[in-house]
Amino acid sequence: MSETAIPSSLRFRDDEPADEPAVSLDAFLDQPEAVSVRIEGGDDVRLLEPAFARLKLVEVDFPRFRDGRGYSSARILREMGYHGELKAVGDVLVDQLLFMRRCGFDSFAPNAPIDLAVAVRALNQYDFVYQQAADARVPVWKLRHG
Amino acid sequence: MYRYDKYDQAIVDARVEEFRDQVARRIAGEMNDDQFKPLRLKNGLYLQLHAYMLRIAIPYGTIDSRQLRVLAHIARKYDRGYGHFTTRQNMQFNWIKLEDAPDILAELAKVEMHAIQTSGESIRNISADQFAGAAADEICDPRPWAELIRQFTTFHPEFSYLPRKFKIGLTASDNDRAAIKLHDVGLQIVRAADGEMGFRVFVGGGMGRSPFVASLVREFLPAGSICSYLEAILRVWNRHGRRDNIHKQRIKILVHDLGATEFARQVEEEWRTLQRNDDDIGLAEYDRIAAYFEPPLFERGLSDELDLSDPRFAAWVERNVDAHKQPGYAIATISLKPIGGIPGDVSADQIDLLADLAEDFSFDELRPTHAQNVVLPHVRKADLYTIWQKLDAAGLATANLDLISETIACPGLDYCSLANTRSIPLAQKISERFADPARQLDIGELKLKISGCINACGHHHAGHIGVLGVDRKGTENFQLLLGGSGAEDASLGKIVGPGFSEDGVVDAIERAVEKYRAIRTPGERFLDTYRRVGVEPFKEAIYV
Repeated sequence: MSETAIPSSLRFRDDEPADEPAVSLDAFLDQPEAVSVRIEGGDDVRLLEPAFARLKLVEVDFPRFRDGRGYSSARILREMGYHGELKAVGDVLVDQLLFMRRCGFDSFAPNAPIDLAVAVRALNQYDFVYQQAADARVPVWKLRHG
Repeated sequence: MYRYDKYDQAIVDARVEEFRDQVARRIAGEMNDDQFKPLRLKNGLYLQLHAYMLRIAIPYGTIDSRQLRVLAHIARKYDRGYGHFTTRQNMQFNWIKLEDAPDILAELAKVEMHAIQTSGESIRNISADQFAGAAADEICDPRPWAELIRQFTTFHPEFSYLPRKFKIGLTASDNDRAAIKLHDVGLQIVRAADGEMGFRVFVGGGMGRSPFVASLVREFLPAGSICSYLEAILRVWNRHGRRDNIHKQRIKILVHDLGATEFARQVEEEWRTLQRNDDDIGLAEYDRIAAYFEPPLFERGLSDELDLSDPRFAAWVERNVDAHKQPGYAIATISLKPIGGIPGDVSADQIDLLADLAEDFSFDELRPTHAQNVVLPHVRKADLYTIWQKLDAAGLATANLDLISETIACPGLDYCSLANTRSIPLAQKISERFADPARQLDIGELKLKISGCINACGHHHAGHIGVLGVDRKGTENFQLLLGGSGAEDASLGKIVGPGFSEDGVVDAIERAVEKYRAIRTPGERFLDTYRRVGVEPFKEAIYV
């Protein structure tokens, strides 16, 4: 497993963070120079595909942690080949981090601070997973068949 | 039956530790109850009226003696000496302490059991035909697919915060014993003309406040694509399902709002995208799982003769025993609806007896059913009398399967914080009113189902006769529905008119039943007569 050391932040990337504030999806699509976008619950992230070349940061908003639409948004972005920063913002809690990582989120801006030691424990709770997702983990059905 | 390998065991063990940690953080005040609630619900832990209830998964309704004995042990050590089989083939314990829950899960994990996703807004345990692997009318044993889907839907990262709960029902028979069309997704295993195995896919069934019979969205899905197709269904719902009104968030509402054709179109589109990106869980994995479900080593050349000279035994065989695909064997259903009893309840001693019977007489398998009974799937006919005697001694030999006293009932206000009315006392009164075995037999198949509130855990919409408990200005009131069915001819019952008191509804049911007896044609069940004549004659009889 890759994340056993306690990280200095909840950003799991080595590149420089985008320094522009994220704008709404409509605004982003209207402004050819924008590099950061913020996705709300009902937004269709597939509209971003033509702009991937300039896109550096996608923030996906979790207004309530129980609102799971952002998980699909993240996975769709990764399926479409988006490799930039994918940040979960809002009501992001430690017990959702693992699912979010698996769906392709690689940075987190929670409303309330998360204890990094607890976060590492949560992220490393499971040695095995049943599904292929947006991360590199190999599902057990593939492990079983070599 | 399926056995965990090191991966399955590691995942379940990790879940025990994760939940232990979550409980500790909750008790230490590191998270509030609002944050903890979905976590405990995803682990089957419900806060009821008097205590926590723990719902333990019995995946696709297959359990062995070792597991049953652990359930009996939990009933004795952590509960009040009994457990309750639910309408989704699971087991509930109603008197659990929060701080005991991690230890209970650890005991369960040792026998390859868990409570993962038995509650909350998650993909729930999969229901399956309780006669799987034994029924003469099935295409194949559906359980290998159920196990494959179980694994695929366990801790699915994209679908762990869904709009609402999500239930899958599975059968491989034209005779639907699993009520698949009343599930969010109903799957029927079929074979194409060229022999290829696939699924008929129904979506959007359900009960509750807005009942729907599921719509057929795909006539034939190649079996090996089931996981990606389910993923497509779930993604369309996760993205576009409502999240603004808890009563309108189930997938049935989305299917209804979009229309089944448009919903199916969106699923197909999403499915094509997913197929480009993900590998489906392949047939090699299906084959690996299916090897665990090879038919048991049946003895050959056994006689089908049965000594029915004991009339009570003969009556039980007539009602509770079904044809097995293997000559000399039978399927025996044990009714958990004794006259005056609590539907689905079993004592720890009875659970131990069920374990013994499964181990000694049924290749170590027991099957809970959605009707809250249990099945010994592979019994030698020569052993039936011995089994019946043991059941009879334990009060488990009631010969009432599919008769009026074999009621489905939710836990109701005796346990449930959502209920408007009690269900159990009503079920008891009805079974006592119709206790006479000859009278029940004369009435014939009549599926009576009771829910103590609109959430319909007692499946009242699917009852030939359904009862719905409502709160009317602070007093318990019971509405009567007629004409529902959860079988292959699925239909939703309709309310006949104004509601009744508890005693009043028992009288009303009796009047409806007597009307049926007066007007039925030979061979007609209650449901058939209702469908032929409509509600009016019954209404006249009920509201005299």
